Amino acid sequence: MATETPPPSNTQTRFPSGEEFAEVQQSPEFAELRHSYRSFAFPLTVGFIAWYLLYVLLSSYADGFMGTKVVGNINVALVLGLAQFLTTFLIAWWYARHAAAQLDPKADAIKSRMEGDA
Amino acid sequence: MSPAITLAAGEAGEHRTLIITLFAVFVAATLVITVWAGRQTKDAADFYAGGRQFTGFQNGLAVSGDYMSAASFLGIAGAIALFGYDGFLYSIGFLVAWLVALLLVAEPLRNSGRYTMGDVLAYRMRQRPVRTAAGASTIVVSIFYLLAQMAGAGVLVSLLLGITSDGGKIGIVALVGVLMIVYVTIGGMKGTTWVQMVKAVLLIAGALLLTLMVLAKFHFNVSDLLGKAADNSGKGSAFLEPGLKYGATGTSKLDFISLGIALVLGTAGLPHILIRFYTVPSAKAARKSVLWAIGLIGTFYLMTLALGFGAAALIKPDEIIASNKSGNTAAPLLALHLGGVDSNWGAILLATISAVAFATILAVVAGLTLASSSSFAHDIYANVIKKGQATEKQEINAARYATVGIGAVSILLGALARDLNVAGLVALAFAVAASANLPTILYSLFWKRFTTAGALWSIYGGLVTAVGLVLFSPVVSGKETSMFPGVDFHWFPLENPGIISIPVGFLLGVVGTLLSKEAPDAAKYAELEVRSLTGTGAH
Repeated sequence: MATETPPPSNTQTRFPSGEEFAEVQQSPEFAELRHSYRSFAFPLTVGFIAWYLLYVLLSSYADGFMGTKVVGNINVALVLGLAQFLTTFLIAWWYARHAAAQLDPKADAIKSRMEGDA
Repeated sequence: MSPAITLAAGEAGEHRTLIITLFAVFVAATLVITVWAGRQTKDAADFYAGGRQFTGFQNGLAVSGDYMSAASFLGIAGAIALFGYDGFLYSIGFLVAWLVALLLVAEPLRNSGRYTMGDVLAYRMRQRPVRTAAGASTIVVSIFYLLAQMAGAGVLVSLLLGITSDGGKIGIVALVGVLMIVYVTIGGMKGTTWVQMVKAVLLIAGALLLTLMVLAKFHFNVSDLLGKAADNSGKGSAFLEPGLKYGATGTSKLDFISLGIALVLGTAGLPHILIRFYTVPSAKAARKSVLWAIGLIGTFYLMTLALGFGAAALIKPDEIIASNKSGNTAAPLLALHLGGVDSNWGAILLATISAVAFATILAVVAGLTLASSSSFAHDIYANVIKKGQATEKQEINAARYATVGIGAVSILLGALARDLNVAGLVALAFAVAASANLPTILYSLFWKRFTTAGALWSIYGGLVTAVGLVLFSPVVSGKETSMFPGVDFHWFPLENPGIISIPVGFLLGVVGTLLSKEAPDAAKYAELEVRSLTGTGAH
């Protein structure tokens, strides 16, 4: 079966000890990776959930506003619903870009150091 | 039997051979795949995780195939066809939910787990109690979800083959059950994944065909389509606004919010979706799977708008309701009307779309069965009963026996649920997943202080609250559309328990942790945290 990445060669890598994990967890490199991940993912999660809940609440309690016609039979409710699709696509794309640029290099460096130094 | 069913069945009846042929071709093709995959399934990693060799794209397709269930296709189209805009919430919630999986769950899970959701939940906890809890909630969530698929299967068959006798319906549900047992026991994860990929392609192609036909009928003018749908529904512009199903009273508005919360938080707690991330070699490939899935699923849900409003515009609402009280047959009826009610094309299109829906159900059912039997074998049998001493062979055999057991249970339950809207039923599975699974997944990964007691309180508390509220809701009793319409023991007013049970699940995780005297296992947390973010030592 075709693969994009080479299969993990678990047989050659070793599993680090508990001390090593504790040490890495306390290291500045790992702190940076964790910060880079959390400071991106957590606020963004709060943001998109708030935006989604706003949409749900408007649908429940702002019928007049949601029913306002924008163009032809297309009303605010439909536009806001489609906007949820758009923001979902955009956030997914944005996270993928952030992960490739900021997270993967840091994570790979730590992983190869931990699995490599035997 | 209502006139509409007679009509549809009569039309289709002349082409029964065609319908049965299409079903048979799909079943034969998937069985060939299953046997082929079965030959390549040698060890536990093959059976549970398809050998971890699928690409991000392949798995993205399979994730979409696993996720776009009968609920998405039959249920959402039906909900929009009957209630207009309110049905659209399902599409939005089902899609936005993927961001939780993308940002918080998919990659850490892939990095630190092995075969099941329980691997991650129990990672830093006392194994036996947490694995038992994880296994229990996996099986409950999957059975709720299975119920919806079985309801969908019964509906399709009565529409297509004119089988309305209970015996006939149960026969078909039993056939679906037997097929799913065969797929999973022989093909394992590898076979199931390929079946889901084939199904995803068929479903997207089928939806695209109907969407283009609907839009072409209105010269690609969406506003005209919406206008016609509003007129034909007899509800006017209210049909295009929120509130038709959920806007009547304060209680129904709360129900809408409850549904909305359950949808957005449920996906990242669905075991059959989570285990799909083990089929790829790395966290990066898991991320890629989710990105593909978001693209494919998003496109599909945009098309549900055309299907639902198309059905509303082209078919009289009475005809939809007469065929199925909850609108589950709107999409196949739309195919019939687009092709021409009295023409061969109508019958052929109806047969094709129904075969696609049937394929959808089979693939999702296989995924659900695999998730629950894996969890039984790996979490409960191998780690709790055998205390980690089972051989791989024993473990896989246990999974195969569990598959047969779960198949039997879902056949029995499937017969009870056929008049409920399948999208509504799936929303219950989402509520249970969001209440019982998601809090523990997130606390385990991100909260240092979280303990075994917290995990148990959260899983069992969320599970009991969610299932308990459903039991005493109008879904089960007290209404004409209830599972048991003849009796009334409901006291909980909402159909979806999410608004109560999800906060309860999150809160109990905190309370259980703070009340317990045990100290969190700091060494294990260091291991989990480093592994989940870097992929060190990933299987």
